[in-house]
Amino acid sequence: MARNLLLGALFAVVSILAQAQEPIRVGAFLAVTGPAASLGDPEKKTLDLYIEKLNAAGGVLGRKLQLVAYDSAGDAEKARTFVKRLIEQDKVDVIVGGTTTGETMAVVSLAEQAGVPFISLAGAVVIIEPVKKWVFKTPHTDRMACERIFLDMRDRKIERIALISGSGGFDKSMRGECLKVAPTFRVQVVADEAYGGGDTDMTAQLTKIKNSAGVQAVLNAGFGQGPAIVTKNYKQLGIALPLYQSHGVASKEFIKLAGEAAEGVRLPAAAVLSPEQLPAGDRQRAVSLSYKKEYEARYKQDISTFGGHAYDGLMIAVEAIKRARSTDKAKVRDAIESTKDFVGTGGVVNMSARDHMGLDLTYFRMFEVRKGNWVPVN
Amino acid sequence: MSAQFAQYLLAGVTVGAIYALVALGFAIIYNASQVINFAQGEFVMIGGMATVSLANSGWPLPVAVAAAVVLAAAVGLALEKFAVEPARGASVVTLIIITIGASILLRGVATLVWGKNMHALKPFSGEAPIQIAGATLLPQSLWVLGVTLTVVLLLGWFFGRTLLGKALLATSHNRLAAQLAGINVRHVLLLSFGLSAALGAVAGILIAPITFTSWDVGVMLGLKGFAAAILGGMGSGPGAVVGGLALGIIEAMGAGYLSSAYKDAIAFVIILAVLFFMPSGLLGQRSADRV
Repeated sequence: MARNLLLGALFAVVSILAQAQEPIRVGAFLAVTGPAASLGDPEKKTLDLYIEKLNAAGGVLGRKLQLVAYDSAGDAEKARTFVKRLIEQDKVDVIVGGTTTGETMAVVSLAEQAGVPFISLAGAVVIIEPVKKWVFKTPHTDRMACERIFLDMRDRKIERIALISGSGGFDKSMRGECLKVAPTFRVQVVADEAYGGGDTDMTAQLTKIKNSAGVQAVLNAGFGQGPAIVTKNYKQLGIALPLYQSHGVASKEFIKLAGEAAEGVRLPAAAVLSPEQLPAGDRQRAVSLSYKKEYEARYKQDISTFGGHAYDGLMIAVEAIKRARSTDKAKVRDAIESTKDFVGTGGVVNMSARDHMGLDLTYFRMFEVRKGNWVPVN
Repeated sequence: MSAQFAQYLLAGVTVGAIYALVALGFAIIYNASQVINFAQGEFVMIGGMATVSLANSGWPLPVAVAAAVVLAAAVGLALEKFAVEPARGASVVTLIIITIGASILLRGVATLVWGKNMHALKPFSGEAPIQIAGATLLPQSLWVLGVTLTVVLLLGWFFGRTLLGKALLATSHNRLAAQLAGINVRHVLLLSFGLSAALGAVAGILIAPITFTSWDVGVMLGLKGFAAAILGGMGSGPGAVVGGLALGIIEAMGAGYLSSAYKDAIAFVIILAVLFFMPSGLLGQRSADRV
């Protein structure tokens, strides 16, 4: 009898110890392949790298982190399947992922129903507006991209523009937001063209824009290969107007693809696009430089802002778990929502119950391609 | 002719020439075996990707191009030898499904070998646009048109003047009779896969500097080439060329004058319309089955 009791106690202790050693599970679904692979791939690599580093430094709350990542290929249907699996089978504590707006929006209801904190890495403003209890995001929104671009246009005295956009979720959302905020900045959209996801030639659309009267600049809302082809065709047609892109192509990759045609293209992006050029006193300098160093040392590959979004998402989640002193989902959610003064690659994050992104235009900088490099403008 | 119209026409003809090359690949294999080879788009991808990776690792461009075409042809031969030939005697539908499987496999291998990023190939002769009738044309488009024309002429000579080409044609007309006349039908089938793969690779290399290339570029180009082949009449060489050019021009005009968002839809509506109202296409042979 006594022996049985002792054995029972031993089992209890072992199971408590096992509990304490149970890893913190971070779930991720990313478009590592497919049309958004240029975004999803660096995101996945960033998560791998930093989870490894956090574990080497002893983990979080004395527990190891474990990454459970699936490749959604940017497919909303697959994303739903994977998120169900993350929640029901893998029983993850927090989800960091969702490369594209489409896949993010497809899984919002799952995270909301199950009550799992979910930090999305996608751009569109619909993700956080209206505010959803369990859903957060790290990149600047498409609306902010429009606002930042229109501010820059105001400085250059541009009032009449043409819009050309892709057919993806982000592309369409950004087009809508730009049309919505344009009047506030006294910008008039005089031409509005679109192209399909797999299109390989946009000269037809650009010819139309070229022939529209009074256009002073062109704004391309999109990500992936589309904007690079638009940029090349733009040069081919000899259009001399300023060309603006979104933060959806903020990487060296874009310059490589578009080649010489990229010269002079402007876009708004986070400072991590070119951290060496930050002034010494800048708050983002340290974090951006260290991310660049770590990532490039490990993968021998140029960094992009997309990997930075994943870094921010993971770190916000980890900080929140530390502050909540547990992985209790409701506590972690509250802790994420009360993130204040977090300096990430995207900017300084101040979340609140009404703002589940916590960024403003301050750290959204304007870049221009000069001699094959991203250079900050003023 | 307005400058706008000229621009759409040039864009359409350039893309159309590529569709034509892909469609020719479909036609050759279809003629030899009645099989629609859905891995045709993957040959296009292999051509483009192999050229990019070889050129980036320091090979001179002409050598890289030649090596890529040879590689694609080798993959085509291997596909026939190891996947299609062992299933000899199976129904055509089975063979088509085998080619679909092969296309998925080839895409998977491509992501492992070349990664998932998009790649750009440097244009063969500069990027300075050429002005024609108020429209602009890239030098690369001239390469596309010139090489396509050469390939079409070479194919015409091959099928019309050489014994091997005539053997291929004979097999497409009547397999049994060709066999009785002493033509090695199995070799003909092997040859047709190698030839189509090489054609696809040429298309992929020519278009890479204009549209970029990536592991999944073959999916859309393959489908468009298929649409062009259907439009021209499956199995007809001239039909493939006419179908390709027509499809390219219709797409460009549609994007220019109608809505650009439905450019791809236009191609597939055309397939449906052709299949409904003109199943043998523009230049295909009317097939009459004996009842």
